Amino acid sequence: MVSKEMASVKIPDLIGKSVPRLDARDKVTGAARFADDLQFGPGLLYARIKRSPFPHAIIKSIDISKAQALPGVKAVVTGKDFPGFIGLYLLDRHIFCRDRVRYVGDPVAGVAAVSEEIAEKAVELIQVDYEVLEPVLDPEFGASPDAPLVHPDLSEYEVVPFILPRAGTNISNHFKIRKGDADGVWNSGQCAAVVERKYRVPHVQHVPIEPHVAIAQVNEGGTVTLWGSSQSPFAQRNLIAKTLGISQSDMRVIAPYVGGGFGSKAGVSMEALAVAIAMKTKGRPVKLRLTREEEFYTVFVRQGLVAYFKMGCDENGRLLAMENKFYWDGGAYTEYGVNMTRAAGYSSSGPYEVPHVKTDSYCVYTNHPVSGPMRGFGMPEMHAGLEQCIDDLAEAIGIDPAEFRKINCLKTDSILVTGSKMHATGLPQCVQEVIRAIDWGRKEPPSAPHKRRGKGIALMWKAPAMPPNAGSSAWVELNEDATVTLGVGGQEIGQGTFTAMAQMAAAALGVPYDWVRVAAPVDTQYSPYEWQTVASRLTWSMGNAVVNAARDARRQVIELVAEAWDEDPEDLDIVAGEVISYKSEESISLKDIVVYGLPKPNDSGWMGGPVVGRGTFMPTYVTGLDPETGQGERAVVHYTTGAQAVEVEVDMQTGAVEVLRAVAAFDVGKAINPELVKSQMEGGFVQGLSTALFESLQLKDGVLQNPSFVDYRIATSSDAPADIHAIIVEVPQDDGPWGARGIGEHSMVPTIPAIANAIYDAIGVRPGPPPFTAEKVYLAMLDAAIAE
Amino acid sequence: MAFHRITLTVNGEIELVDVPSNMTLLQLLRDKLVLTGTKNGCAAGECGACTVILDGEPVNSCMVLAAECDGAQVITVEGLAHDGTLDPVQETIIEQGGVQCGFCTPGILISARALLDRNVDPSDYEIRDALVGNLCRCTGYLRIIDAVREAASRAS
Repeated sequence: MVSKEMASVKIPDLIGKSVPRLDARDKVTGAARFADDLQFGPGLLYARIKRSPFPHAIIKSIDISKAQALPGVKAVVTGKDFPGFIGLYLLDRHIFCRDRVRYVGDPVAGVAAVSEEIAEKAVELIQVDYEVLEPVLDPEFGASPDAPLVHPDLSEYEVVPFILPRAGTNISNHFKIRKGDADGVWNSGQCAAVVERKYRVPHVQHVPIEPHVAIAQVNEGGTVTLWGSSQSPFAQRNLIAKTLGISQSDMRVIAPYVGGGFGSKAGVSMEALAVAIAMKTKGRPVKLRLTREEEFYTVFVRQGLVAYFKMGCDENGRLLAMENKFYWDGGAYTEYGVNMTRAAGYSSSGPYEVPHVKTDSYCVYTNHPVSGPMRGFGMPEMHAGLEQCIDDLAEAIGIDPAEFRKINCLKTDSILVTGSKMHATGLPQCVQEVIRAIDWGRKEPPSAPHKRRGKGIALMWKAPAMPPNAGSSAWVELNEDATVTLGVGGQEIGQGTFTAMAQMAAAALGVPYDWVRVAAPVDTQYSPYEWQTVASRLTWSMGNAVVNAARDARRQVIELVAEAWDEDPEDLDIVAGEVISYKSEESISLKDIVVYGLPKPNDSGWMGGPVVGRGTFMPTYVTGLDPETGQGERAVVHYTTGAQAVEVEVDMQTGAVEVLRAVAAFDVGKAINPELVKSQMEGGFVQGLSTALFESLQLKDGVLQNPSFVDYRIATSSDAPADIHAIIVEVPQDDGPWGARGIGEHSMVPTIPAIANAIYDAIGVRPGPPPFTAEKVYLAMLDAAIAE
Repeated sequence: MAFHRITLTVNGEIELVDVPSNMTLLQLLRDKLVLTGTKNGCAAGECGACTVILDGEPVNSCMVLAAECDGAQVITVEGLAHDGTLDPVQETIIEQGGVQCGFCTPGILISARALLDRNVDPSDYEIRDALVGNLCRCTGYLRIIDAVREAASRAS
């Protein structure tokens, strides 16, 4: 494997250098194009969606005649028109509901008209008769035999082999861990301390500042073009083509810059609606742009979680056993929820070595909005409880919580919850770094007499959760002046991946960074295949493909010049855009070679020609897990690990929690661009802080009460702490490009429990489920009779 | 729907447009003048992505009717750079790494420019306060605050 070899050789100067983002200038001048900025001319139609007002009901009849008769309306479609199922792992939904609605907002019909106003009016004219059913509003109840069934036909749905739905229930996946003998540990009384806790984590939303938008056009011959704000152009091509019964090559997805994704724009959510409507508009393009209100509950939300933890340790603080039960509120359909449930299961020990683990992780259908992937993919929700429980266990055995974590955290070669061995990891260094940076153990005086200060720490781990064989590809093409066009299929969603990829291509090829351009927007018709921009997998997976492509181009150039100079390719190199020979000390500029080749001696012809390098990468070593025990040789490609610590101040008169400063340390293997890595750690921390202190989708009988920025508050410039100290730890990944692994999502995983633990340290009371609003903290202090 | 013929100056260019009564300034900029740098994030005056400078004041352009802008001076993100030279706050936000997805960036730059126009030496509190109506989900704000502080110090 190329990258393994690369990790052992000298690291090029460009790797580990914080070059400026290549998209920054376009983004500060307004030149950067997002999907809603694309121009389609006067033929463009506007779509609106008729949505279910009930969380659970049977559709008795739909009357679209009045809507069809409205002047300016060009098409009205319903589920009758589109019988196919769609879904990433479990095909459990239609594009439009056909016989049943399962959440408030479920699409029932769609309209295309010459203006948004007319489309909106037409939607109001559609009449739907429902027979209202009892909804399922809690995942734990939903998993019980008493719950009404949200998907009575669950057993008939098509599903991938590693997801295990239970027929006749609302459980769309049940993942089990049976490692060692947890029951035996509890019964034998070996534990010096045991704690049992229950935690609840509410639904939140990703809140990209750019709402979802999709524009679809279907030509006479049936080929489809979709422009959209998308993390997953290739997955959308695949899933939508399959459900429409067309070839993937007749379905084209063009994806310009994404104005924030965080998982909400992965897979297929509203995009299929635009395509379905466009099938009835005789070649005219159709734009569907969600309102901010729709954004809050009609595309993905983060899963809710009810989690039970039981943990025990010996008198020295060594973890002996865990018994965990997770009820994931997967919502009405499960594009990704089933796999998050699986990921939580195979990560259910947290970043600790625990000899005996018993876990049951259930994905449960409810009549809540569709739960999708959000930054962290289940890990922030799971760690929220797990890392508070670890603190409580440390307290119960009388060991400092940071010390307790040092004792138990994963080290290289630790035995994991799935039975395999941990790869090389810098988690112990991360713990050490945050303890030092936060001045652990030192209590500063509060800023006012009615305030109290506290510090909290939390660790995390997370693997890219994906099919075992998710692949990447790339090409590298040299232009006349030896600048480089780099083709990738992964998306620039703000994380800086185009910049990191350009750096890697330049470093592997031997040209300056500013010679590289990324072929954007990603277009499935021209861009190389990429599974999806999810799972914090691009730096590692797409990075390997890019390095392979650049090295392929480099090989072509060097072989050509070696032949021309009659030298050994081993003696040649490409440095700063020049091919040089260490032996003959000859040199030639790339621009003199890469398109037109080189003349043969004595005017006898030409050799070489255009240089195009290709590279692919796909992990080949991930194995299945035993469905009864969750044990197997290698569950995932790797785990990124890390730690955060915070210092907070709690106002004893109001309950307001202020995060004064934060420190974060993550083992990223190798930081390709350290400032971009730190930016992820900072931005992820504030997003985590926002979910810890402010955010919750308030669902009442399945109806969202707060779908606006006034009622659903996210962190603003005044809420960011004064300082976020980001620390990069680098223990190389054996198959990462120069050792790199991902960091984007991990940065918000430990934030809720770090803040919760700091609040407890400050006031001695745990305020219950997040968000830890002033009101909730004040009421908790009132109960404990410590409020002032 | 009644139409109104208005004249306004956008980024130094005089524009003559016919606008319906219910059209917002945001719609005028994006849909009629194709100045798509100004973003639509909520259409409810809550996220700040559509911030422009209207007669010297930063406003949410989704909350202003186009018909009211007759005779107005408007500056959008496209008007911050002059002859290829970036505004100091555009330069510093790049240098400090305050750009990620870039969707809130135009509104943030406009709010920052409006702040620096009225206060050449803002405190950190004043910077945070000036940006409190511009939601950003990517950066965590600190690098943006650093950029505004740096732009102010370069001007002085």
